Amino acid sequence: MRRFLLIAIPFGWLLALFLVPFFIVVKISLSDVAVSIPPYVPQFSWETGIGTFLRDLDFENFVFLTTDSLYWKSYVGSLVIAVISTFLTLLIGYPIAYGMARAPEEWRATLMMLIILPFWTSFLIRIYAWMGILSREGLLNQFLMWTGVISEPLTILNTNYAVYIGIIYAYLPFMVLPIYSALDRMDTSLIEAAEDLGCSRLTAFWLVTVPLSRNGIIAGCFLVFIPALGEFVIPSLLGGSGTLMIGKVLWEEFSSNRDWPLASAVAVVLLLILVVPIVLFQRNQQKQQEAEQ
Amino acid sequence: MHRHTLTLAAALALGGTLAMAEEVRVYNWSDYIDEELLTKFQEETGIDLVYDVFDSNEVLETKMLAGGSGYDVVVPTGTFLQRQIQAGAFQKLDKSKLPNLSNMWDVIMERTAQYDPGNEYSVNYMWGTTGLGVNTKKVAEVLGENAPIDSLALVFDPANMEKLASCGVHFLDAPTEMIPAALKYIGENPDAQDAETIAKAEAVLMAVRPYVQKFHSSEYINALANGDICVAFGWSGDVLQARDRAAEADNGVEIAYNAPKEGALMWFDMMAIPADAPNPDGAHKFLNFIMDAQNMAAASNYVYYANGNKASQEFLAEDVIGDPAIYPSEETVKNLYTVSPWDAKVQRVATRLWTKVKSGT
Repeated sequence: MRRFLLIAIPFGWLLALFLVPFFIVVKISLSDVAVSIPPYVPQFSWETGIGTFLRDLDFENFVFLTTDSLYWKSYVGSLVIAVISTFLTLLIGYPIAYGMARAPEEWRATLMMLIILPFWTSFLIRIYAWMGILSREGLLNQFLMWTGVISEPLTILNTNYAVYIGIIYAYLPFMVLPIYSALDRMDTSLIEAAEDLGCSRLTAFWLVTVPLSRNGIIAGCFLVFIPALGEFVIPSLLGGSGTLMIGKVLWEEFSSNRDWPLASAVAVVLLLILVVPIVLFQRNQQKQQEAEQ
Repeated sequence: MHRHTLTLAAALALGGTLAMAEEVRVYNWSDYIDEELLTKFQEETGIDLVYDVFDSNEVLETKMLAGGSGYDVVVPTGTFLQRQIQAGAFQKLDKSKLPNLSNMWDVIMERTAQYDPGNEYSVNYMWGTTGLGVNTKKVAEVLGENAPIDSLALVFDPANMEKLASCGVHFLDAPTEMIPAALKYIGENPDAQDAETIAKAEAVLMAVRPYVQKFHSSEYINALANGDICVAFGWSGDVLQARDRAAEADNGVEIAYNAPKEGALMWFDMMAIPADAPNPDGAHKFLNFIMDAQNMAAASNYVYYANGNKASQEFLAEDVIGDPAIYPSEETVKNLYTVSPWDAKVQRVATRLWTKVKSGT
C-alpha cells in the first residue's frame, strides 16, 4: 500500500501536468480558427452534446502542415542548427571540462563557480547583451575595425551566425558540467597504465579518456540538442528574416497569426519528433545506472 | 466591484491599518507615452499603475481573444478594435465617468466611428501614418543625392533595395500595414478585401525580401538611431523618436520621416476596456486622466504622434503641431488612406502570405 502511494503521487503529478495539457493541445489542433473568445471552434457545450462536438473535429490542420513547405523546412532548419551547434558546443566544451578536471584540486571549486556564474543573470538579458555586441555598430565590429582586421563592419546580428553564437554561449555550461563530472570521477592511474604499456599521450587520450567520458559526452549533447531544437528566444532576438526554426514558427502561429489550431498541430508534431531523442537519452541514463550498480 | 468589497473586508479585518491598494493595469504600445504621466496618475489618484507594453496588434489580439488578460486598458488599432468588438472582447464605456470626452476632436471621432460606430467602446489615443524612416546621409551614399526617399519605390523597387541591403533595411512585422502598402505601390486598392487582389502583394514583397534584414516592429527605433540600419518602413512617431535619440547621442546620424507620396496608411490607436477587466472603474479614471488636455499634450510632445484631442492642441510644442509629418496639412490628408479588417478567410490568405514573405519559403 505504501509503495503504491509512493508511485501514485509522481504519476498523478505527471498525469496532471503533462498528459492533460497535451490532450488539450491535441483537441485544439483538431479545431478551426475563429474570431471569438477563445479563438477557435468548436467549443464544447453540454447542450449540443459530445457527439456534435466530436463530429466538428477534423485533421485539416495536420494536412495543411504537409502542404505548406514552411513547416518541414523549419523542422529541418531547427534540426540542422541544433546538430551543428551541439557539435560546436562539444568541441569547445570538452577542452574546458578537461582542463577543469585536470586543474589542481583547490582551483576546481572556483572554476566550477565561473561556469555557473552567468546563470545569476537572466538568460534574456544575456541574449540582449549579445545584440549590443554583434550589431553593425556594436562592440565586436568596433573592436575589429580598431585593430584593423576589417575595414567594413561585418553583418552578424540578424543572421544564422548570431544564432549559433547565441546557442553555443547559452548552452555551453550544460555541455561542460556533465563531461566534467565524468572526467572528474575517472581514475587517472589508467592513463599511466596506458602510457606504461606504450601508448603516446594522444593515443591514451583517445583510447582511455574519451571512452571513459562517453556518458558525460552523451548527456551533454542531449542537454544541448533538445532545448536547442525547440529554441525560440535566441532565433527571434539574434536571428534574421532568413532564420527558419520551428520554435519561432510555433510562436508566430500562436501569437502573431492567432492560429491556435495550426500552432497546436505544429506543437504535437514537434513533440513527436522530440520524443525520439528523449527516449534515447533515458535509455542511456538507465544503462549508465545499471553499469554503476 | 469585487475588489472594493475585498478592500473593505481587509480594512475591517485589520482595523483599517492596512488597505489593499487599488490597481489599474494598462497594456500599451512600446515607446508610446511620457513616463512622467504614469507617475502623475498614481500621485493624483492614489491608484497603483501597472504598465506593460507590446509592439504588435496581433499579439494584443491573441491576448484579448484568449480572455482573462488581466488588463483594464488596452490600445488596439482601429481595424483590430472593430473585429475584437464583434468578438465581444470589450465593454461599452460609461460616458458619465468621462467628463473629459468634451475635449475630443470631432474630426477624428468621425473617422474612428468607422471602426467603433458611435465611439461607444473606445477613445482615440494617438493617430499617425506608416512610412519611410531614412538615414539621409547613408542613403545618399548608397543611392545618390536623388534617392527616392519619399516614394514607396525606395523599399519596393528591388534595384534600390539590393543596394540598400548593404546598410540595412527593417520592415514592420505588421501584415495589415505592409500588404496594403505593397498594393498601393502597384496601383491596386490598398483596402482590397478579396483574396485575388491581396495575393498580388506577394510578388512585390517576395522580390525585396532577400534584402530585408529583419521584420520587427520596435527594434528599428534604436537601430535607426544608432546607425545600424539606413531605412525602416515604420510608424511616423517612432521614426521621429529615432531622430531625437540620434540627435541626443550626437553620433552624426540624421534621420528623416517621409510619408510616401503615392499615399500612406493612416491609422488610429484606440483605448478600450476589456470585457473582463478586473477594475473597470479605475480604467475609466485612467481614460479620463489621459483625455485631460495638458496630459494628452504632454504625451504627444514626448512621442511625436498626433492625438485626437482638440483641447490639447494649445499645449502642443511647436515642433509637434507645426510639423506636417505629425499633423499633416489638409492637402496631405487627402493622400492618406485607411483600411478595414479582413474577414476570416481572407485573413488566413494574408497570414500565409506574410509568413511566406518573412520566412522566404
